[in-house]
Amino acid sequence: MSHGNMNLTLKVWKQKNKDTKGKFETYNAKGISPDMSFLEMFDVVNEQLINEGKEPIAFDHDCREGICGMCSMYINGRPHGPKEGVTTCQLHMRSFKDGDTIVVEPWRSAAFPVIKDLAVDRSSFDRIMAAGGFVSVNTGNAKDANNILIPKPDADEAFNAAACIGCGACVAACKNSSAMLFVSAKVSQLALLPQGKVEAQQRVLNMVKQMDEEGFGNCTNTGACEAECPKSISLENIARMNREYLWASATSKD
Amino acid sequence: MVFTFVRFIYNFNSLLMSKSGLLKSSIGKKFLMGLTGLFLISFLLVHCFINALIFVNDGGETFNKGAEFMGTNWLIRTMEIVLFLGIILHIVQALVLTLENRKARPVAYAVTNGGANSTWYSRWMGLLGTLILMFLIIHLKHFWVVTRFTDHIAHSAADALPGQETMFGEMKEVFEHTWVVVLYCLSMISLAYHLLHGFQSAFQTLGLNHKKYTPMIKTAGVIFSILIPVIFAAMPIAMHFNIIK
Repeated sequence: MSHGNMNLTLKVWKQKNKDTKGKFETYNAKGISPDMSFLEMFDVVNEQLINEGKEPIAFDHDCREGICGMCSMYINGRPHGPKEGVTTCQLHMRSFKDGDTIVVEPWRSAAFPVIKDLAVDRSSFDRIMAAGGFVSVNTGNAKDANNILIPKPDADEAFNAAACIGCGACVAACKNSSAMLFVSAKVSQLALLPQGKVEAQQRVLNMVKQMDEEGFGNCTNTGACEAECPKSISLENIARMNREYLWASATSKD
Repeated sequence: MVFTFVRFIYNFNSLLMSKSGLLKSSIGKKFLMGLTGLFLISFLLVHCFINALIFVNDGGETFNKGAEFMGTNWLIRTMEIVLFLGIILHIVQALVLTLENRKARPVAYAVTNGGANSTWYSRWMGLLGTLILMFLIIHLKHFWVVTRFTDHIAHSAADALPGQETMFGEMKEVFEHTWVVVLYCLSMISLAYHLLHGFQSAFQTLGLNHKKYTPMIKTAGVIFSILIPVIFAAMPIAMHFNIIK
């Protein structure tokens, strides 16, 4: 065991499935290197649990390089823990002190039912995307994209919105469990570009309708989503979605 | 003509109320909150301006004229009804939205650190609003009920019958009590924080977010949120301590 390793107490939410009630279990994480990521710390704890013949903690993870958005953990009252602009896999144990007690919960939202322990079902996001988060007109081959001139600021703004990885931290952070930041980013990334503008009206109507049906809460502009977003998606997107939606519902033919 | 009008009302109604209609949607409900909020902000401005006439300090002469205008002008009297509707709509929407938001998170977090990502007053708008409503009920009883439903208030000191008071005199009387002054001042703190979030939030909800104008709106919001409640709070204080005679 190298010098400077930490011993931590973990209080982790354990829940069998969405139909059962969950509760906190306490685990001791011993000899944790400050250079480990938060997920690697969980790997160590799970290995220990498996060796002891106990059930490991279920948690989501995939790329472990901050771009897949799977690692949903609500750590000490904040999605993805205390650091800004990072996912859980990019959070390192040096952000904690030896002897700390860390409380880890799943995203809590009616629209994100718990699958097991810390893993939640985010297919509600998929259904919102399926409702309109696409371009259905033929946009041609790669070279054709250059036939339509797009001002650099517009392209940049669309790209910034497209940086959303759909992790759900916005919903987790929001006191109302609102998905407005996610949906607005997906509405914006297409509405800002000429190929996406064609279907912008119907898209925003359909996506907001699906968002409401999934049971997400309503935005009160606290800005918690923007502050906790690992990709720093801007609140301007929510204003754009509101604008697009209000205009579309006032002018739509049905 | 009549048919066209009826059809217009019907279409407008279905736009707002149908299953997929604007007001059934989350954004539509927020829109109504923002719109009524801005309307109530405009009311605060008028109310504050008229009441600030007491600071002319002429024994209430100018203020009483202002009060008489507000009490008798048909446009103002019509807007009074619109104002009540606006307040009720703002409250009802707030309740509907809050209940929906509660339902959206059936299992609460064991640990939350909201202070890390948002201001406390943006998270406690409902509580601040409730405090303002409680104040409003007492405030209406103090002044509005007395003016509208009793013969206690005379338009000017010259018209006053025995036992009658002018609006200015009524203010002096009410603000003699220390608890009233304290309550009014505390309520203005609630109002200030409610506005501090609400002012800029309303613009964001209406979709009015712009790189150039949003910083201006935010600054105007902060100035408004501090200035208006401070002027309001100065009224009971000035009357209580006889600075306004």
